[in-house]
Amino acid sequence: MNTFSVNNNHVWTKPLTSRGVAAWILGVILTGFYILLYFFPALLGKGGDGAPNTGIIALFDPLSYALKGKPASEWFLYGTLYTLAILGFGIKFIRKYRHNKYEILRTISVMFFQLGFAFLLPEILQKLNKPYYDFKNMWPLNYYMFDAYNLDAYLSSGTIGLMMLVWGLLMIFVISPILTYYFGKRWFCSWVCGCGGLAETAGDSFRHLSDKSLKAWKIERWIIHSVLIFVVIMTIGVLYSYVYDHPGKLTVTRNHLTAIFLVTLSLAGIFIGSNWFKGIQKVDRRKALIAIGIIIALVITAHLGHRKNILFVDNGLLRQWYGFFIGAIFSGVVGVGFYPILGSRVWCRYGCPMAAILGIQQKLFSRFRITTNGGQCISCGNCSTYCEMGIDVRAYAQKGENIVRASCVGCGVCSAVCPRGVLKLEGSAFDISDRVLVNE
Amino acid sequence: MRIVILGNGISGVTAARHIRKQSDHPITIISSETPYFFSRTALMYVYMGHMRFQDTQPYENNFWVKNRIDLVQAHITDIHFGDRFLLSENGEKIFYDKLILALGSKPNKFGWPGQDLQAVHGLYHKQDLEAMEKHSKGLKRAVIVGGGLIGLEMAEMFLSRHIPVTFLVREPDYWRVVLPAEESAMVSRHIRHHGIDLRLSTELKEIIDDGNGKACAVMTHKNERIDCGFVGLTAGVSPNVAFLKKTELAIGRGIQVNEFLKTNQPHVYAIGDCAEMLTPKAGRRPIEAVWYTGRMMGETVAQNICGKKTAYQPGIWFNSAKFLDIEYQVYGTIPSILPQGIETIYWEHPDGDKSIRINYRKDNGTVTGFNLMGIRYRHQVCEKWIKSKAHIEEVLMHLALANFDPEFFKTYEQEILATYNQQTGKSLRAKSQRRLSSVLSFLKSN
Repeated sequence: MNTFSVNNNHVWTKPLTSRGVAAWILGVILTGFYILLYFFPALLGKGGDGAPNTGIIALFDPLSYALKGKPASEWFLYGTLYTLAILGFGIKFIRKYRHNKYEILRTISVMFFQLGFAFLLPEILQKLNKPYYDFKNMWPLNYYMFDAYNLDAYLSSGTIGLMMLVWGLLMIFVISPILTYYFGKRWFCSWVCGCGGLAETAGDSFRHLSDKSLKAWKIERWIIHSVLIFVVIMTIGVLYSYVYDHPGKLTVTRNHLTAIFLVTLSLAGIFIGSNWFKGIQKVDRRKALIAIGIIIALVITAHLGHRKNILFVDNGLLRQWYGFFIGAIFSGVVGVGFYPILGSRVWCRYGCPMAAILGIQQKLFSRFRITTNGGQCISCGNCSTYCEMGIDVRAYAQKGENIVRASCVGCGVCSAVCPRGVLKLEGSAFDISDRVLVNE
Repeated sequence: MRIVILGNGISGVTAARHIRKQSDHPITIISSETPYFFSRTALMYVYMGHMRFQDTQPYENNFWVKNRIDLVQAHITDIHFGDRFLLSENGEKIFYDKLILALGSKPNKFGWPGQDLQAVHGLYHKQDLEAMEKHSKGLKRAVIVGGGLIGLEMAEMFLSRHIPVTFLVREPDYWRVVLPAEESAMVSRHIRHHGIDLRLSTELKEIIDDGNGKACAVMTHKNERIDCGFVGLTAGVSPNVAFLKKTELAIGRGIQVNEFLKTNQPHVYAIGDCAEMLTPKAGRRPIEAVWYTGRMMGETVAQNICGKKTAYQPGIWFNSAKFLDIEYQVYGTIPSILPQGIETIYWEHPDGDKSIRINYRKDNGTVTGFNLMGIRYRHQVCEKWIKSKAHIEEVLMHLALANFDPEFFKTYEQEILATYNQQTGKSLRAKSQRRLSSVLSFLKSN
């Protein structure tokens, strides 16, 4: 006998996985760790101003020396623990879903990308005196890509630095849309991404805690798209500042920048505003166009006005705010710290601007969908319960509709927990424009 | 026109939703069981801790307000068909212009001594779940009577809490009245593999009272005594119509309805588990107490009430279940004993936990049914083959179109093709691939 099924016994009755006392304790510990990490690294033993590390961070010095010949930092500690969590809980996940080859391959993939691309490769690059670079990460998830210190590093590291810059631009503007067209956003969110990797492995025990209500869905769309707009404006500002701060030293001038921004934004506007792609409602189309219009207006004022000031505050300050509220508080303290209370994908669902972009692509032009098997659904609710993104999968399945949702990361767990074999992740170009329509 | 629906299960709720889609008639749903619709089939997952009870409710609570469907929690004791009103336990009269009876079932009891003792329950209502929960504390052993789906679900529930289970099955193999011998044997093996004490060809003789009105043991027809603190009665269900037997409503085993789901009383319809078709379609039973037929009847009755006269057309039979870890799907007709004139191809995985069976007619090769264990097939594809009377060889060559297992799963279509080639001496080769584009173009083709 080789058959297993996913064992979710007692998930909603054990305190740790049902917001009991144990869950709150773990939540406080995780949140506390993030607060120390971001704001009080000295308490973790970070040695400042040439002083040696002490405490926990010192424990990671030997590994850090072995990898890059430097003492550990709080970020090295974090990266190591993060990678260990994905590897350890990844093995646990594979055991739990051992009958399901999709889940096994997907988990090996996130473990590989975390260990190789996010952890080892950047450390080795640093040892070779090259800029820190995670080849699988891309703007706007790495919102610091266009920061002055990063751009300086790329531009001063010769061919490899330029390659990194070009690769980053190719990733967001060419590679990711193509892969999302073929596979849906899952190619990144649940196969490659580090945030997704942690959510899928360490966060698996909390996936059912996501809010499935229509209200949560509405809030999700407002917040995630606001973050996307924020990161776009902030990045535009940071780039203007960089050009402003390097007069005469760059090939790219203010005029070039403005032209690039206006062309890109207009293309995005035409893209979303036209009727080429179904699957987006008129009101949402209008909201997207208004947002793009506002950004274009800001670009024009930044071009004509003071170049260090896009949104009436200093661009550097804007960048700091983003780093603090979104980068640290939202994705770290809340995103991971609240795993045991709000579920594992809070950041990915409500906050991640990368997920927002891939989600728009998924909704507008992807072959990917979850198909439902005719009439076999018994409305039991396992699919919705175990959807970490809070999608009410059952609402579609019981009507026999395809599921095409911007937020779906294609983890495949709805299909794995379905007791009637109703759901399948798949893709086809055959009916790409009406794949959202009822499947009867 | 005031529409009253008695019963808030899948049939009644589907009827209400579809009536609302097409009209503005006031709709009232009455139930004594729960205030809101929930998925009955999911009760087991609440006990096992996979879900909370509220997760089994497919619609948010404000859905009913938004759709102007009134929910009334009341126990109806009588219906006056002449004056068109229902009478509740506390004397309230609820008037209707159209009445839909969606009363569901109740677990069968066959007159066993002790069948009404405490700690003896079926698994149908939410109250049964609560009773199971109550009696599970400190429970040393549960005995389950009846070799069908609900019995095995109940056994799985107790297993999740490490409570030993003895499972009495009258037939020589599990669910042998429905499953062919090989599949039936596979599930029996799987049940034992999970540590359930499966007693085949064993019947219940009586349930023994502990002296305080609570069950403490059962006696089998072989006069074997099995001590236990809970007895599950899961020997099928029958229509929940007892309280209407004294009225003018025509009742056989269930409420008799014509093909438009109308009863013998004017303006009164019956759907779901409680309805008995006077003229069932060929090959179909008069009462089919499954989720899917309930849903289809709900859709049909909504059409009829909204003025579009529509006969109940259940289409090609299908069903599904899960036996512990083994998923089961059936499309078309797969009788438990192979009838004259029907041929079968059966392939079973060497591990003994997956199989594919396809039945077809000997005379013209027409495919008549698919039976899947541990493998998922696509409903629409199987249905199209059966409806269009596709030839078995055509089906086998394109069988990959039917595969609905997740990506990267090993496929077994070539194995069943090889089995056919071996049985017939032919050398057919697979022509289709497992790709959604191929499936969609097949489904759109004539």
